[in-house]
This record gives sequence, C-alpha cells and structure tokens, in this order.
Amino acid sequence: MSITNFGSLSAVALSARVGSGDLVPADTVAASFDTADAVSAGRDGLNLILWSNRELALRDASSLAEGMAKAGKGGLLAGVPLAVKDNIATLGLPTTCASKILAGYVSPYEATAIIRLREEGAIVVAKTNMDEFAMGSSTENSAYGPAHNPHDVRRVTGGSSGGSAAAVAAGIVPIALGSETGGSVRQPAAFCGIVGVKPTYGRVSRHGLVAFASSLDQIGTMARNVDDAALTMEIMSGLDPFDSTSSSAPVGGYRDQYMSLATNPAPLEGMKIGVPAEYFPENLDPGIRQLCLRSVDALKSLGAKVIDVKMPQTPLAIPVYYIVAPAEASSNLARFDGVRYGFRSEEASTLSELYSITRSEGFGPEVTRRILLGTYVLSAGYYDAYYKKAQAVRALITRDFGAVFGDGVDALFTPTTPTTAFPIGGITDPYEMYLSDIFTVTANLAGVPAMSLPIGRVGGLPVGGQIIAPHFGEAAMFRVAYALESALGQEAHQ
Amino acid sequence: MAVTHEDVRHVATLARLEVDDARLDHLVTELNGILAHMDALAEVDTREVEQAEFAPKVGTPVRSDASGPLKMYAPLESFAPASRDGFVLVHRLSTHEDSENRAP
Repeated sequence: MSITNFGSLSAVALSARVGSGDLVPADTVAASFDTADAVSAGRDGLNLILWSNRELALRDASSLAEGMAKAGKGGLLAGVPLAVKDNIATLGLPTTCASKILAGYVSPYEATAIIRLREEGAIVVAKTNMDEFAMGSSTENSAYGPAHNPHDVRRVTGGSSGGSAAAVAAGIVPIALGSETGGSVRQPAAFCGIVGVKPTYGRVSRHGLVAFASSLDQIGTMARNVDDAALTMEIMSGLDPFDSTSSSAPVGGYRDQYMSLATNPAPLEGMKIGVPAEYFPENLDPGIRQLCLRSVDALKSLGAKVIDVKMPQTPLAIPVYYIVAPAEASSNLARFDGVRYGFRSEEASTLSELYSITRSEGFGPEVTRRILLGTYVLSAGYYDAYYKKAQAVRALITRDFGAVFGDGVDALFTPTTPTTAFPIGGITDPYEMYLSDIFTVTANLAGVPAMSLPIGRVGGLPVGGQIIAPHFGEAAMFRVAYALESALGQEAHQ
Repeated sequence: MAVTHEDVRHVATLARLEVDDARLDHLVTELNGILAHMDALAEVDTREVEQAEFAPKVGTPVRSDASGPLKMYAPLESFAPASRDGFVLVHRLSTHEDSENRAP
C-alpha cells in the first residue's frame, strides 16, 4: 500500500499504523526507498546515501511481519525505516566511515544501539554519507564526495552526520542515527532543520561505533520532531556489557514527563533556564540572535524563569577540542594498517611499507592532518604543553557547567551554530571550519547531554536552538525542547 | 612553538604515514596555523586543577566477568580471503621468512 504524506509522518505515527495492521512493514520500506529515488538521494544526486539494499530491507520487513504475527503485536518502532551513519556497525550493509581505507568492509557484528532499535521493530534502510571518520563539519570530507543540503543543494548539510540529517529532512526516513564527537549530530541537525540529540557520555553504548575520540564519542538520534528523538533515545540507552563506559543510571521517563504536562499552559513552571552570554558573541549572525531571543521569550511564556549565566571558559573549547580529539584519533586510527580491514595497498614490499603506504593512500587529507596533529601533541617534548594542558583546561570547562547547574539552573539555551548552512567549498581554512562547532564542543568536553531543535529560518535556511542539561538530565532537556517545539509550532520552520 | 619540516617528518614516521615533499610544505603551514590558536591555552592558569579532574565524573561501572565472547553473525572464514586451521592468512611480504611458500 502506498503511504500518503510518508515524508512528513512521524516514527510514532508510522509505528502505530503498522502495529494496528493498517500498514505492513514492507509498505514503509517501499515508501522510504521510493522517496529516496524521488529526491535523488544517491551518489549522483544529493549524495546522502552511501549504501542501501532494497531486497535486504524488504527481507527484514518480511521477518518483522512474521515476528509480529507470532507475538500478536509490534514494537515501539514497528516497521519504522531507519538510516544509519556509515561509522555505526550494521549487518548486511558496509560500514566504511566514508573512507577509502575501509572500502568493502562489512561488520561481522552489529552495534548495540542498532540491535536495540531492531528489537523494537526498526528496519535499517540505508548507511549515510559523512565526513571521513567523522572528522569534519560539512560532510565535504567524504571519500565519496560532499552531501548536498535538501533546503539548498548548493550548500553543505553540516557534519559530520550530514547524510543522516539530510535523509531525515528530505523525508526518506523519520529517524536516523548519527554520532557526536564535537557537535556532529546537532550542527547538521541545525543546518537541515531537524532535531538532533547528543546524550550524556555513557548514556548510549558505543559498542559498534567506530572509535574517533573515545572520551567524547556518543551515538545520537536525529528526527523531525522532539517526540521521535526522545523515543529513539529511550530505546537505545542503558548499560551494555560490551562498553565499559556505558552507565547503569536509570533510563527512561523522558516522554512520560513531557506528555504529563502536555495540557498544562505553563509546562516549564518551576524550571530555571540559563542563557550564557559567551554563546551570543558580537559577530553572531543577527538573524540567528533574533530567533534565539524569540525562543527565550517563548520559554518565559511557558513558565520558565530565564536568567543570564556566565560560562567564562567557553572561548577555550575549540583549542582544547582540537588537541584532545586528534590526540585520541591518532591512537584509535592506528588499527587501520592494511592488515585487518578494508583497503590494502599493493605497492608495499615490506611490512613497514604496507602500513605506511596503505594508510597514506587510504586516509583523506583531513584525517591525515588530524592524525599528524594528534601525534604531534602527544609526542615527547610537546605532551605537557599541549595535551596535558588541554586536559586541565577541559576540567575548567567542565567546572563551568558544574557551577551553573549547581546553582539550580535546570538547562541552558543557546544557538546551535554561529551561521546557517554555508556554500559547498565556501570554507577552505581548516581552523575556520573548526569554528563552526564553537557552540557544540563544550557539551562533548563536559560529557553533558545537549540537543538542537529548529527555531526558525534566516534567508530561507534553517536555524537551530540548543538546549544543554546536566549529566543524565535528558528528561529535563526533552521537557524544555518539547514545550518550546509546541510553542513555536510552524514558526520553527519559517 | 613553530612546527618545522623535520617535526612533520618525525610525527609522520611515528604515525606510519608517508608525506611527500609537495605535501610537506602545505602541512607545515596548516599545522602551524592550527597550533597558533592553541597558544591561548598557555595563558590559562591551571595550577589548581588536580589530575583526578581529567577523568570523567561518572565512574566506570563494575560488572561481573560472566559476559561471553562477542557473537559473530557469520563464520570467520567469510570475512577473510583465506584461512587455515582457524587462523586468517594475511598478505605475505618479501620481509617474511619462507616467502616461497606464499599464501593464496
């Protein structure tokens, strides 16, 4: 059966229709692939999808239908098509991190997050384009070429989870997975006009996520509305014996909390929301500033007490991040040597050459740059001045968050990005590109949860507002986001 | 602390990357450009920051040793071009002994 308005239906709505028997899983899979064809999501079009297999997805849909028939019910995501960033291990489809060095690699196991979503009925339909090994802010660093923003194909999707964000925005899937190291879910979510969530460090298992910077990496959710994002996050979260940094803190209650307040005219009554001046610098796009102020007014009208707060270490976050993340990456990416995975140079005649030629031919320019930078800051003579110093300043940044949340602030509100989506090829200086993460990296460094949701448009391009909460404060974060989304209504997309 | 050509060659060796001369100049310029922004950290007083603060506040949970090995969804042989006696055969190089007896 064809599905009317498939591209605007939520995961919750689709799942309800599949669960009731109004649709079968094969209908949603077919609608997803048909939409991808209609918007030219493949390599010769928007270049959002790297790998997909309609027959495989339809087989999964058939298995799901059989399982539902036996169980007499569907899961919370019954028949919901899911797109997955290409650095998260899935069965049946390649996992290449959009890198030549992992060409042809198909994982022998699946990420815990994917297993949990499949258990609730989600069907993986595509692996999405990304910056190579998640190193980038525009999805231009992919070995397979840049992804294009569905709102303006001459502009970037943001990154590094740009393909996932754009696939949701283009209506191909209602939910997608991305990964965060410094803002790689929230920044493309803002550029593509969707919701993107980075959970608390340890909230979602990293098992099956190809490591970039292990003290920062987290799998995140992307959706067209807050409710779908919260539902997906609830399902994925929780302790996993395969990730020793995953937390045993209780999961859930996100949706219950905001649903219980849905009819309350002041659903944020009793909440204190901080607005840090450091996230509103003088050179912030005036249109983005204006939309943020409109959102702050909305938060007040929803019953929240909004106060100014200080986060004085914020300007140091980019220098800290671009020492810590490349340092960890230089270690994590040492495993790609031509022996165990993917691409192997045929030019080598010694083992040492096999490593160095394979890595030099297999990694792209940005990955090479970051490996060299990371190796440099960890090398003898520079470790104390760069890496150790950056870790100490990281502790000060974390203290900033501890201080405001310790003072009774329930959440922070900021812009997600300093600009809207920029033109493809428009930024060539590496450090200028790094600055597009200036409002997002702080949450990764401190390990706190944060999300972006649409708050309006500037020049026809989407703008994201960011909500940051204390460690394991996802329930408060979603409560604020759901209320703000409801209050802004269609204005969030205008 | 300016990065020199020799520094880049040195870290490239450590990182097992080959950097040709044409790329070397470019990398020296790029890395110096990036690291110049990092110099701001040197001005920050971090004397009272304890080493323990570097670690995440959320401790690593203790778990039993009961967890079994990772479940593989297909036999090992299906992931490698060749295997023998349960081991994956890797590419044979000229530096290996007995290079006449080449793996397939």
